[in-house]
Amino acid sequence: MNRKTLDLWVGCFVALGFAAILFLALKVGNLSAANFAETYQVTAKFANIGGLKVRAPVKSAGVVVGRVTEIRFDPQTYEAVAVLNLDGRYHFPKDTFALILTAGLLGEQYIGLDPGGDEKMLAAGDAIAKTQSAVVLEKLISQFMFNKASEGPGNN
Amino acid sequence: MADDEQRATALTGALVSLGHSVTSAMQRLGYATRFLLMLLRWSGQSFRRLHLTIREIYFSGFQSLLIIMVSGLFIGMVLGMQGYDTLQRYGSAEALGVLVALSLVRELGPVVAALLFASRAGSSITAEIGLMKTTEQLMAMDMMAVNPIARVVAPRFWGGVLSMPLLAALFSATGVFGGYLIGVVFIGVDNGAFWSQMQASVDFRYDVWSGIVKSFVFGIAVSLIAVFEGYDAVPTAEGVSSSIKSTVVKSALAILALDFVLTSFMFREAG
Repeated sequence: MNRKTLDLWVGCFVALGFAAILFLALKVGNLSAANFAETYQVTAKFANIGGLKVRAPVKSAGVVVGRVTEIRFDPQTYEAVAVLNLDGRYHFPKDTFALILTAGLLGEQYIGLDPGGDEKMLAAGDAIAKTQSAVVLEKLISQFMFNKASEGPGNN
Repeated sequence: MADDEQRATALTGALVSLGHSVTSAMQRLGYATRFLLMLLRWSGQSFRRLHLTIREIYFSGFQSLLIIMVSGLFIGMVLGMQGYDTLQRYGSAEALGVLVALSLVRELGPVVAALLFASRAGSSITAEIGLMKTTEQLMAMDMMAVNPIARVVAPRFWGGVLSMPLLAALFSATGVFGGYLIGVVFIGVDNGAFWSQMQASVDFRYDVWSGIVKSFVFGIAVSLIAVFEGYDAVPTAEGVSSSIKSTVVKSALAILALDFVLTSFMFREAG
């Protein structure tokens, strides 16, 4: 086989391979959607983060507007600090409320942002003041049991 | 008395053979490492005649296309069927896309493509180099001041290393298409949910890129084993056949062991 046809077939092979990688990146993966061009970081402190993990989505009105990039423990206040990377296109008021929510009954946990009414916007490096921790199932159950118990001496 | 002595010699004999097998394995490992260093040293010279490497990409990459793509398609279709069967019991058949894509991109794509590559291209590389050694072609090259490592070994090694990630990506891509064919076209899972859930869960850097890195590492392992076994073959018909066998066996073991190591590093915090 002469060198030109060989080069042609190898060229086809390499082009096909790169097309497959591109397909995996754009159609199968989320390269186009997940990597926000410009981001800014804000922090939020939670008393309990439950099962929140790094790379969990940050959603507002159900739309993904960022990701959790870091979770650490603050030894001064004994709280969890979550660092959020928010899409630079979206700005939220200073009194935005950050809640840890669960997708579905047993789904993954994410951070939901409920915008407040402040006219000043959150800037890079700011901390979200108002947060609500994750719902821990054991606490919920014990609360329910205590409520039942405090309803007075039971029927049994 | 004589019985005891006999037992003692049998014991020493066993220890000697154990020690011999360990030292010879170490020696071979050392030889393989020096072989790799030689290979890297002469790679520059072999790249100066690039068409040699391109020829090898044709033989080991392009000619493996058919088997890789057909296997990928079938594995994707089987994943689609089995995955649907399990997922529909939990009422989440829409997650089929996630299941098919993640298992292909993270594991099956790189691993199965590398296993196929080892048996399709690796064995033929070993056979070729082993036969060249048997018929004293390598020695003849050396006589003519042509370095056989630069002329024969390095192009085959790099051809394999460069082909492997492309083949694995093609395997995964055709596999996802096979899953789509079964899941969406034949069974009737919702088309939009199939792709959107897949895109929501498959991360490029975390999943796709890790798969490409994996297949690159497998490519290095398989190509090195193939050229080394050929170059180190005992120059007889029996020796060549046994080194072809050991290329396939060692490649398969190396791929699966490396896959475990790489997976435990890459996806440790995936949970």
